[in-house]
Amino acid sequence: MPLSSSDLAAIWLTLQLASITTVLLLLLGTPLAWWLARTRSWLKAPIGAVVALPLVLPPTVIGFYLLVAMGPQGPVGALTQSLGLGTLSFTFTGLVIGSLFYSLPFVVQPIQNAFEAIGTRPLEVAATLRAGRFDRFFHVALPLARPGLVTASVLGFAHTIGEFGVVLMIGGNIPDQTRVVSVQIFNHVEAMEYAQAHWLAAGMLVFSFAILLTLQRRGRVGARAIS
Amino acid sequence: MLDVQFNLPLNNFTLDVDLQLPAQGVTALFGPSGSGKTSLLRCIAGLEHAPAGRLLFNGECWQDSQRGIFVPTHQRAIGYVFQESSLFDHLSVEGNLRFGYRRISAAERRISFSQAVELLGIAPLLARQPQHLSGGERQRVGIARALLTSPRLLLMDEPLSALDAQRKAEILPYLERLNAELEIPILYVSHAFDEVARLADHMVLLEDGKALASGNINGLLPRLDLPLALGDNASVVIDGVVASYDVDYQLLSLRLPHTEQCIRVAHQPVAIGQQLRLRVQARDVSLSLQQPQHSSILNLLAATIVELAVADNPAHLLVRLDMQGTPLLARITRYSSEQLGLRPGQSVWAQIKSVALLN
Repeated sequence: MPLSSSDLAAIWLTLQLASITTVLLLLLGTPLAWWLARTRSWLKAPIGAVVALPLVLPPTVIGFYLLVAMGPQGPVGALTQSLGLGTLSFTFTGLVIGSLFYSLPFVVQPIQNAFEAIGTRPLEVAATLRAGRFDRFFHVALPLARPGLVTASVLGFAHTIGEFGVVLMIGGNIPDQTRVVSVQIFNHVEAMEYAQAHWLAAGMLVFSFAILLTLQRRGRVGARAIS
Repeated sequence: MLDVQFNLPLNNFTLDVDLQLPAQGVTALFGPSGSGKTSLLRCIAGLEHAPAGRLLFNGECWQDSQRGIFVPTHQRAIGYVFQESSLFDHLSVEGNLRFGYRRISAAERRISFSQAVELLGIAPLLARQPQHLSGGERQRVGIARALLTSPRLLLMDEPLSALDAQRKAEILPYLERLNAELEIPILYVSHAFDEVARLADHMVLLEDGKALASGNINGLLPRLDLPLALGDNASVVIDGVVASYDVDYQLLSLRLPHTEQCIRVAHQPVAIGQQLRLRVQARDVSLSLQQPQHSSILNLLAATIVELAVADNPAHLLVRLDMQGTPLLARITRYSSEQLGLRPGQSVWAQIKSVALLN
């Protein structure tokens, strides 16, 4: 067996982290993307920029600020401690929160693009067909944005799986808690276990390639919304 | 009755109208591109929120900015047909049709699913996806979809403008059936005069956001104070009643309203008593002081000159005639007019060279 039990545990933990993060990001990111696609508020530009920040920031920077915020002296830490939850740094929950920030643009931007590609016309049509606000969102906007939602899920999931810097900063290297595959590869390399590292690294490579290939085959995001 | 008052600043001008429109038949909002027709229609639908406006439909208030009332689009009993077909791509044709249909209560339904499908001839398309329909088919589905919300007012925004002449000809009969078979008032936006001449009962002439005139189409077209009469397309529409049919010569006689005079036109037989609409272009009408003899022109009608006006071309004059209540326009040269000494009140013979039956 090329993979040790700690490797398998790391894979399992990574999959859990990526799944939970993706689901949460779809729930939070879809309304945010809708707002960004529709609003004429001056806040659109600054908030859009904040959403895009993780694309350019080194993950260590995100991780550092999250660590400070979630630590005993940070505002989030103070809040969680007052609620009797302790601090979130070096916990799985902390990792999920870090991943939410880290993968945010990969989920929000494809959905936002899809909503923008739909335009206002289908929603106006739906309004003339007696559909109210939420009805229009759930039965017209979401189904028409489906290609964008699929892309967002796949990118969000894949990107979370590849996370390393943020994890190391706020999660560390705790088996079954915060030791994800990327950290495990790092451990193997540190310990000169190149064969072990190869198995995991090659697995990640194949996985990522397969995902991108699938996306390419699906064609462009946000295809024509209306005929 | 549709009581419409809007003030909405647009890019190049302000839409500023105050109109009373009949809540029956077809009312055309007619004007050049960019005259505010579509904006007016969108205000009536509630898709555009005019900052100052009042809209009453048969006494029901849909907007009153002074009292802070604005009924959102989805709560107005309207149907809307967009310029380009706007079917939902994520639904089949049937899914599109049922979208609005299932959103109104059964008690509100006055048009059944099968009735709308039959009326627009789209039964063979139900299982198809919108992407696989032709432009004309899509627009028919769009119209049926709007009808299936059993609207009390149907708004149509240039529904034929994206179609070529052949597709237009394919859809126009459906629009006429719509008007004839369902008692839904229609507001019809168009910049195509031939569509308006064919369909409209009432007409609003828009220019730069202002309503130049609003009234019955038979009375509006001959008005020499409106740009309609001065252009090359100056014409009148006359709703005649089939009086007789000459089988030998295959000529249909249509009696003009309020008179015993008839216009004859080569046509297939039509049931006596049926109303048909004729269009007579001003350039096809010439005038004579005496009753012409030995002429090949079929239609010679006694008329009285009402007024004369210079057309868009200074060589031409437009003459408005009256045939016992039925107006007619003639475009003649200024030279001929002076030679004949034409003046208002004079009795003349109008010779009509060609007549188009519109339906």
